[in-house]
Amino acid sequence: MPALCRDCLETFDDARRCPACRSPRVTSHPELFDLSIAHMDCDAFYASVEKRDNPEIRDKPVIIGGGRRGVVSTACYIARIKGVRSAMPMFQALKLCPEAVVVKGRMDVYVEVSKQVRALMEELTPAIEPLSLDEAFMDLTGTARLHGKPPAVMLARLVKRMRDEIGITGSIGLSHNKFLAKIASDLEKPRGFSVVGAGETLAFLSDKPVRMIWGIGEAGQASLNKAGIHTFSDLRRWEREALHERFGAMGDRLWHLARGEDHRSVKRDRAVKGVSNETTFNEDIASPDLLDGHIWRMAEKVADRLKAKGIAGRTVTLKLKRADFKLITRRTTLPDATQTADRIYSTARALFDRMDHPNPYRLLGVGVSDLIAEDQADREGNLLDPQEAARLKAERATDAIRHRFGSDAILKGRALR
Amino acid sequence: MKLSIERATLLRAVSQAQSVVERRNTIPILANVLIEAEGESVSFRATDLDIEVVDKAVAQVERAGATTVNAVTFHEIVRKLPDGALVNLTEDSTAGRLTIEAGRSSFQLATLPREDFPVMASTEYAANFTSTAPVLRRLFDKSKFAISTEETRYYLNGVYFHVADSENGKVLRAVATDGHRLARIDTDLPDGAETMPGVIVPRKTVGELRKLLEDDDTQIAVSVSETKIRFAAPDITLTSKVIDGTFPDYSRVIPMGNTRRMEVDAGDFAKAVDRVATVSSERSRAVKMALDEDRLILSVNAPDAGNAEEELAVAYGDEKLEIGFNAKYLLEIASQVDRENAVFMFSSPAEPTLMREGNDESAIYVVMPMRV
Repeated sequence: MPALCRDCLETFDDARRCPACRSPRVTSHPELFDLSIAHMDCDAFYASVEKRDNPEIRDKPVIIGGGRRGVVSTACYIARIKGVRSAMPMFQALKLCPEAVVVKGRMDVYVEVSKQVRALMEELTPAIEPLSLDEAFMDLTGTARLHGKPPAVMLARLVKRMRDEIGITGSIGLSHNKFLAKIASDLEKPRGFSVVGAGETLAFLSDKPVRMIWGIGEAGQASLNKAGIHTFSDLRRWEREALHERFGAMGDRLWHLARGEDHRSVKRDRAVKGVSNETTFNEDIASPDLLDGHIWRMAEKVADRLKAKGIAGRTVTLKLKRADFKLITRRTTLPDATQTADRIYSTARALFDRMDHPNPYRLLGVGVSDLIAEDQADREGNLLDPQEAARLKAERATDAIRHRFGSDAILKGRALR
Repeated sequence: MKLSIERATLLRAVSQAQSVVERRNTIPILANVLIEAEGESVSFRATDLDIEVVDKAVAQVERAGATTVNAVTFHEIVRKLPDGALVNLTEDSTAGRLTIEAGRSSFQLATLPREDFPVMASTEYAANFTSTAPVLRRLFDKSKFAISTEETRYYLNGVYFHVADSENGKVLRAVATDGHRLARIDTDLPDGAETMPGVIVPRKTVGELRKLLEDDDTQIAVSVSETKIRFAAPDITLTSKVIDGTFPDYSRVIPMGNTRRMEVDAGDFAKAVDRVATVSSERSRAVKMALDEDRLILSVNAPDAGNAEEELAVAYGDEKLEIGFNAKYLLEIASQVDRENAVFMFSSPAEPTLMREGNDESAIYVVMPMRV
């Protein structure tokens, strides 16, 4: 049976340890060198980056998340042992793991690291479909001749380089379609390398719970359970028509998935639809002045990200969550697209001014969508606001200063509110 | 209520009234038209709470009365009746039905009581004056293209209709702008308009008003208060709330000191702009104008799609100039010119440009350049 050493990348015929370096990190599988659809998932990505940059917290439980009222965005594996999970309210996480070090996320750093990982993936294949900053599908079909090595070896090399060159670890799922690759990458985390071959697909799925299907949340799971479907073998007993009748279009997809079939191809970069930032307050805020400061800060963050990507957008959205959790969104479309904090702010502020005040809010977000290239944005001056051109010029100058001396080098007074 | 009316007369009156009815509304009575018969006429009243239209028509009224029916259905029925038919409308208030009969056709529509129909509160008007259809048509037709669609700047979602000072004394003026272009149209001040407060006439009202102005001979009585405006033609009256907001001080943005003058045939210019803009697939298509001694070169350069260039003979004697504009804005202002050449007054590639027809200062357009 073909086998691969994930430490020295040696390939050999099945053995428990690598004949070359004696490492026990060996992956063997009958179809190992025939499979080419992969899912790469970084291990506790944000937490790993924080541990990499701060050796003092390396052996401590680390939780990434914001504020008292925030939620856990990532927990390291030590914290996970205590039961801390992503999306758990922070107070609950700290009850389970009081000794945890809570770190406020540094999104800009994560984006940077994600780009480095992406660059390594680009060397393997152009067919990359990122799902988020820390995971992506890759299709390596037909690349063996180019690389002179089968996909499995290149993937093992990828995670090895991520560890050696970037300082973070990841897990690989290798299979014959996206659905199975995604399930596989989760099997041996962290630093996993799992293979699901075509020959074993049905047996592999049989006793697995249907909640493994990506996109099936609690509600979907409940409706499946209600129909008596808990595992894939339960699902396989259903006729295709019956599934369709009960679950609509999703029923057809379930029928295929029950057989381990997934015909979706790895889509290169799904186009970004919008850029947004939001913040949950420590305490509900009703003061329009304080909220104004938040609108500015969110607008500035969104503008920073648009500028970093070289894009701009025509639609500005303001999102507010009231103290009673009711979500309010307001949007408007500009005739001339923008990427500047100044125009995003003034548009979001105009949306805010049209709402009922004062009202206590617990969350505020600003977003820009309907995206186009930056060279088609902010091209038309404003007749009614002759100062706008000067302000936009000042913003460009501020950007240059922040670029050179750091993002706190210069701030608007408004940002301090 | 019981009356008979000629089908063509009925159709005209009902179609004008029903167009203000908001198609998507949740209050049933607002989908209805109020029919009131008395003396020798019948009136049809419809509203969206911001605009109210009342249409009067001659009818043989056998029994006076009033009721309301669904405006769109009623209009559809009348539209489909054969031309030349005599239509009988009979209300059965106990059954809550209005019967519409013409020849062998008979329809019964559910009614809602007239008491439920919201009638716009009457106002004391600060100014009353008379104008003609062509004058009002010019004021609103030439300015409405510049109305902003941005809902956040609601005070720009209409035409600012007001009395202003010009070089030739006081004028009646219509101004619209969306921050990228502006139209300012003047006409002689009619008697009685001096005391008129400046009001912002909403976009929808401007559209509905157009229907009163089709006939050149129509005299229109205009009444204006701080909160409402009324246009009354002999058979039809339109009353509208005005936008509650302050229109920005536009006088500062009109560049009166621009010195670089270009004169061009507006039709040729518009066609050339339209042609070169074809190659661009961008949403706001930028056209570059390069001017040098009686020569204008229009060009569009869209890196992904292609490029285009066209040369036009113009009258221009100033130093060389390169300036970019949104093609759509150029086309819109050029299409306002119908008698003489278009005259453009430029300053710099970053500052507003002014356009007018010949030397006529009573209609001027300002457009902001675009970075190209």
